[in-house]
Amino acid sequence: MSMTPLTATAGRLTSEGEPLNYLNNGHGLKSWLLTKDHKRIALLYLFSVSFFFIIGGIFALLIRINLLSPEGLFNPDTYNRIFTAHGIIMVFLFLVPAVPAVLGNFLLPIMIGAKDLAFPKINLLSWYCYVVAGIFLTVALIAGGIDTGWTFYTPYSTSYSNSNVLLAGVGIFIAGFSSILTGINFIVTVHTMRAPGMTWFRLPLFIWAHYATALVIMLGTPVLAITLSLMALERVAHVGIFDPAMGGDPVLFQHMFWFYSHPAVYIMVLPAMGVVSELIANLARKNIFGYKFVAMSSLAIAVFGFLVWGHHLFVSTQSIYLGIIFSFLSYAVAIPSAIKVFNWTATLFKGSISYDTPMIYGLGFIGLFLIGGMTGLFVAALGIDVHVTDTYFVIAHFHYVMVGGSLMGFLGGMHLWWGKITGRMYPEYWARAAMVIQFVGFNLTFFPQFILGYLGMPRRYAAYPPEFQVLHVLSTAGATILGLGMLITIIYFIWSLKNGERAPANPWGASGLEWRTSSPPPTENFLETPVVTWEAYEFAPIETMDVLGYPGDPGKPSQPVPAEHGTED
Amino acid sequence: MALIETETAPERIELHAEHHPHLAHHFESMEQQREAGTLGMWWFLLTEIMFFGGMFLAYTVYRHIYFDAFAAGSNVLSIWWGTFNTAVLIASSLTMALAVFHAQMGNSRKVVRFLLFTIILGTIFLRVKYIEYSDKFEEHVFPAGDFRWPIEHEANRPNNVGDMLLMLIGAEPLNSSPQGPEHAFSVKVTTKYAEKGPYYGVGGQVPEEVQDPGFGGHVRMYFWLYFAMTGFHALHMIIGIGLLLMLAWQARKGKFSREYHSYIELTGLYWHFVDIVWIFLFPLLYLVDRHL
Ligand SMILES: [Cu+2]
Repeated sequence: MSMTPLTATAGRLTSEGEPLNYLNNGHGLKSWLLTKDHKRIALLYLFSVSFFFIIGGIFALLIRINLLSPEGLFNPDTYNRIFTAHGIIMVFLFLVPAVPAVLGNFLLPIMIGAKDLAFPKINLLSWYCYVVAGIFLTVALIAGGIDTGWTFYTPYSTSYSNSNVLLAGVGIFIAGFSSILTGINFIVTVHTMRAPGMTWFRLPLFIWAHYATALVIMLGTPVLAITLSLMALERVAHVGIFDPAMGGDPVLFQHMFWFYSHPAVYIMVLPAMGVVSELIANLARKNIFGYKFVAMSSLAIAVFGFLVWGHHLFVSTQSIYLGIIFSFLSYAVAIPSAIKVFNWTATLFKGSISYDTPMIYGLGFIGLFLIGGMTGLFVAALGIDVHVTDTYFVIAHFHYVMVGGSLMGFLGGMHLWWGKITGRMYPEYWARAAMVIQFVGFNLTFFPQFILGYLGMPRRYAAYPPEFQVLHVLSTAGATILGLGMLITIIYFIWSLKNGERAPANPWGASGLEWRTSSPPPTENFLETPVVTWEAYEFAPIETMDVLGYPGDPGKPSQPVPAEHGTED
Repeated sequence: MALIETETAPERIELHAEHHPHLAHHFESMEQQREAGTLGMWWFLLTEIMFFGGMFLAYTVYRHIYFDAFAAGSNVLSIWWGTFNTAVLIASSLTMALAVFHAQMGNSRKVVRFLLFTIILGTIFLRVKYIEYSDKFEEHVFPAGDFRWPIEHEANRPNNVGDMLLMLIGAEPLNSSPQGPEHAFSVKVTTKYAEKGPYYGVGGQVPEEVQDPGFGGHVRMYFWLYFAMTGFHALHMIIGIGLLLMLAWQARKGKFSREYHSYIELTGLYWHFVDIVWIFLFPLLYLVDRHL
């Protein structure tokens, strides 16, 4: 039996007699701002990413408030700036970095048994790039905003827009550096720093997903960088290759933009898929059904993801034959995505399922991603797409994928590893309540938008015919509920930092390496380099574990045993 | 239990006897540290390929649809300067490779020497680029300035090695090319490439309100790509020279040894990459429709 418990870190102590961990190893602002510890950098990212998530969320609520009445509350110009701010912040400052830079940063080295990422200084630099990008974008917003939409289509953005396109372009360029640096770190770390015995097919699926994400980041982000550079130069110098008045082709911009921005969807959702594999496996206490298929499907998604950008150009004068090919390839991406969904579902079969918060986030992900993915097939079909292009149908579709996918994955992961990261458990009752509220609120926000879009409500319009009002009001009500759910989560997370139960090393009885070190882990992650002798997701029956103890937590069997034993009494 | 016993885990060669002072705390061995650095640099270069790739794509598209204008623009570049700079960069790749070789041999003095050679050659390249850019400003073909086509007043173009060497140090060339519109190279170039109709969009129709930028406008687009591509390349050269200066300084102070010289190797990879970009830029920008 390879369930032999590894060292539960009973290591060095602080001067106050507490066990030394990455949180109390060094105090003061400087020890955080100049840290090279991947776990501390992950926390820096967590703060900054959450900050911008809240800002982006406020802009989302402003959008919904505007659409309460058919005439619109704000004037159209202001409204343009509001939805652009929402889009840019959520895409570039939240969704792209959220899972990889926070959870990936924290967990990737621990999960493969390394002491840190391969390039700790570059990791810190990546966070500073993020901060500088955030400053640029904030200044752009405060100085009057951007009105092009997050897509910066030319020639509007280069020749006509009277807003801070340039500042935003520079900000996004720098944010791109931040993701590239993270991507390089992930790939090199996985290749060169796995602990003895940690073979490729013993890697947690979280790692496979992050590896695939890093591939997409590396190949896609530079193209966005050059596209935005050319756009910015074109705007400054009034010369250009994207402006038809100068013989240029705006559709070329769209090709180059979507060459990054479609794969960017996978930068947002692949890591969340990795999280979901962990949630499902650990809380159903079963190896993921078809582990290798799920691992390979991540790579397949990364590869296919680069071949489908043209589905954003079905109505942009792109050749119809090209359209047919892009449509076919877009359908092909559904295969690896479906492999994941089917395999997660199959994993649940005969698992010992716990309905603790991480699991219900996992289930929420599957449900919402299913709807998001299936409606993706609608918009990938050439004929239907002509009808629904640039309508709320598309908006609803990608919010189901990004919010329903990435955000659910991010929050599910935050709950699964909250104890590991902070050393405290979150309150189970409130967490479940918040999840259900978010789920209801989310569906109420975006399901009506499918109908709105199908009926012909165009995206980015500040006003609409009165017959759409009921659906818009429902959507706004849903957004309010969703916002409330998010607020609850933020509050109890902060509350739990002081008042939460102390987290044991392995609260879920899981088998991964990150559960075999203390919560929170010591600065070097493990007191001695672990040697891996078990396969991924090797779970002993819970009864056995009660006797033998959890890996990483010997002697203290079934601490707060998740599933059956309920939570707050 | 282990199903995949055949898989080999990454090897860890532990050298407890000597813990190298340059071994970072999170690596197990110098070998692992070196491998990580090299892999990281290769991946970084891959992102660079994608970055330049965007411009190569734009170049390909517009060279295809405005071929005559691109040929006309290309023909007013100085093929002498372009060839000279190509030779300079290839030579700098040789000196860089020699610097890496001597670093592997642990031969610090020669490392410094060859790094300096590389720096000098890189600087010569930039000096030539500066001359070429100033000429284009003078000829009013800088696309963001007062662009005029055809060229009215032509800058000096070298047509032998002696002239180039003189111009490099800022002196007047001995046999400067004829001046004035009647002799202007660009006029000949323009008559050679008869104008073609404008072209809009891949498969699209010409919108009526869009005015025709004309042949000159398309040449302007060529120069826009010329400046963007060579400009980003020159920026990479400047960064490379900065890195080499730093390394030369450190090598002089004896930081590198047989065991520890990966920064020199990595910078070498970067330098060769920047050279290779030029190897593509030179024919694409200088040699469009040129025949001997
Ligand atoms: Cu897409």
